[in-house]
Amino acid sequence: MVVAGVVLVTVVLVSTAMGPADLSLGTVVGVLLSHVPLLHYHSSTSPINQAIVWEIRLPRVILACLVGSMLALGGASYQGVFRNPLADPYLLGVAAGAGLGATIAIVTPSTFSELLPLAAFAGGVVAVTLTYVVGSKAGRSSSGSSIVLAGVAVAAIFTAIQTNVQQQHAADLQPVYSWILGSLTVATWSDVTLILPYVTLSAVVLLAHRHLLDILRVGEEEARTLGVNPNRVRLTVVAAATLGTAAAVSVSGLIGFVGIIVPHLVRLTTNASYRVVMPVSLVSGASFLVLADLFARMVEAPGEVPLGVVTAFIGGPFFILVLRSRRSAQGVL
Amino acid sequence: MKLLRPGLIVLLLLTGVLAGPGGASASRVPHAHGPGFPVTIKAANGSVTIPSRPTSIVSLSATATEMLYAIGAGGQVRAVDKYSNYPPNAPMTNLNGFTPSPEAIAKYHPDLVVVSYDPASFNAQMKKLKIPVIYDPAAPTLTVAYHQYIGLGEATGHTAAAEAEVARLKTRIARIVKSTPHAAPGTTYYWELDPTYYSVTSATFMGQLMTLLGLKSIADAAGVNTNGGYPQLNSEFILKANPTYIFLADTKCCQASPATVAARPGWSALSAVAHHRILALNDDIASRWGPRIVILLQQVANFLKSHQG
Repeated sequence: MVVAGVVLVTVVLVSTAMGPADLSLGTVVGVLLSHVPLLHYHSSTSPINQAIVWEIRLPRVILACLVGSMLALGGASYQGVFRNPLADPYLLGVAAGAGLGATIAIVTPSTFSELLPLAAFAGGVVAVTLTYVVGSKAGRSSSGSSIVLAGVAVAAIFTAIQTNVQQQHAADLQPVYSWILGSLTVATWSDVTLILPYVTLSAVVLLAHRHLLDILRVGEEEARTLGVNPNRVRLTVVAAATLGTAAAVSVSGLIGFVGIIVPHLVRLTTNASYRVVMPVSLVSGASFLVLADLFARMVEAPGEVPLGVVTAFIGGPFFILVLRSRRSAQGVL
Repeated sequence: MKLLRPGLIVLLLLTGVLAGPGGASASRVPHAHGPGFPVTIKAANGSVTIPSRPTSIVSLSATATEMLYAIGAGGQVRAVDKYSNYPPNAPMTNLNGFTPSPEAIAKYHPDLVVVSYDPASFNAQMKKLKIPVIYDPAAPTLTVAYHQYIGLGEATGHTAAAEAEVARLKTRIARIVKSTPHAAPGTTYYWELDPTYYSVTSATFMGQLMTLLGLKSIADAAGVNTNGGYPQLNSEFILKANPTYIFLADTKCCQASPATVAARPGWSALSAVAHHRILALNDDIASRWGPRIVILLQQVANFLKSHQG
């Protein structure tokens, strides 16, 4: 955890210091110091440079921290509650729901910037709620497999509707694709303050349940004998993870693989206890996405590469690596 | 967001096509199907033979629709797609040029179809229906746009009118450029295609128009051919580049305006914002390569003159 914390601090500092505007380290530090309360430090750099650091770069780095930590923590939580290593925060349809909400907002006149995050958030919450209601009624499987299957169905339905809406508004393909591929290009402090309460609440609830996820690992019957209600734990964790994930994707779009890569990387480097995996995933998720976003804005600077493309590009090979290492270690996934 | 922005759509759907044969030229064989018909023209989809003067044209390209009306072929147009909103009297339908349905098009019994997007197998299907298709993709240059005019003129029996329209455009563009003081060296602009900072480089159609007025796109720093000339720019780069002018081509789709630009975090520091050098454009006019390019060029020229004192 200490190592993960040190890595995060380092990554944040490096990412704040670097950018297409190519500002000197002294300029960046000066601007940051000028915003420290009670220090009364005045930066002599130009207003544009001050705006670049404080209004453009720093909120983007902070937002990457929030989104990355939420996606990684959400992924670890879903993997724990469904005891499925392939689970990610989008398992129950939050991505499909958010995608539909965002698409509707984009193709509807007069709503592009104002309602897009809210529409995406609402779409994600509605989709997962529907999944849970349908899955709970469809079966009483204690492993939650009926909920996962309901999630597949709901995601398919929402994706089909989203695709149809998108095809009917071909002129809006670009903004829809931009959102689906994920980006922090237009990150602002408003986005940070918008999702901070949700991410904080979600993280607190999920971290408070990490020891219960450890108990669930040994089996639900055993958990019941220890006084743990698996269904209640599952509902609470899913609700908290959904809330946080929906808030994250509402401002960042659909950034894939973070929820799978980071928890698995943490498991590979620490023990498998959720008491460790979840907090370390939270911190490491932030580091991962900040680094990925740094890559996204620097590799073709001053152009941008979609953030979701970067995470998938790293995530695909990494996923194969995880599969191979698990197979060789366990014989089967 | 409702309106067609071909530059962006091309970026997604037509990568690689821009470099293809965008112009059209014709060879005529005297025949009894009307003066000059049948005619074979060369379009981006190869040689297209139109057996007789078309009287039921379906246009699935907003720009082609404007061109057809500009050359006097409007009376032959039977149906246009849902993005062809100009001229207002064009027979707009619910046809979608980006997901063209041969069956839905066939309903209008067309004897010529014009498209700016040619999805896989569409052309082959239309051939089975024996309906000639002219594929005129987004023109990368004025020259290609002129060739498309001539091609449509040949294909519709309005060759002389098409040539006259091209001559008119050339004259007006030359006049606008001549009457506009050339911008000082180093004068730059940021052309906004959408609120996520997609822009145009000097290699694009619009970029070339701006070059005529002596302006240089800040997006050129990303590589003039990056993403087909339509790169997504980093916001801190835009601030650092501090463009002399900002042109908003996302006013209708995304409600961008000088006020919304000024309200963006950090953007008030830009000289273009401080000195009100932000021009709101009509998204449609700023994304098509048809007859209204002179309106766009004149609008920009007038704006430059007003700020050059």
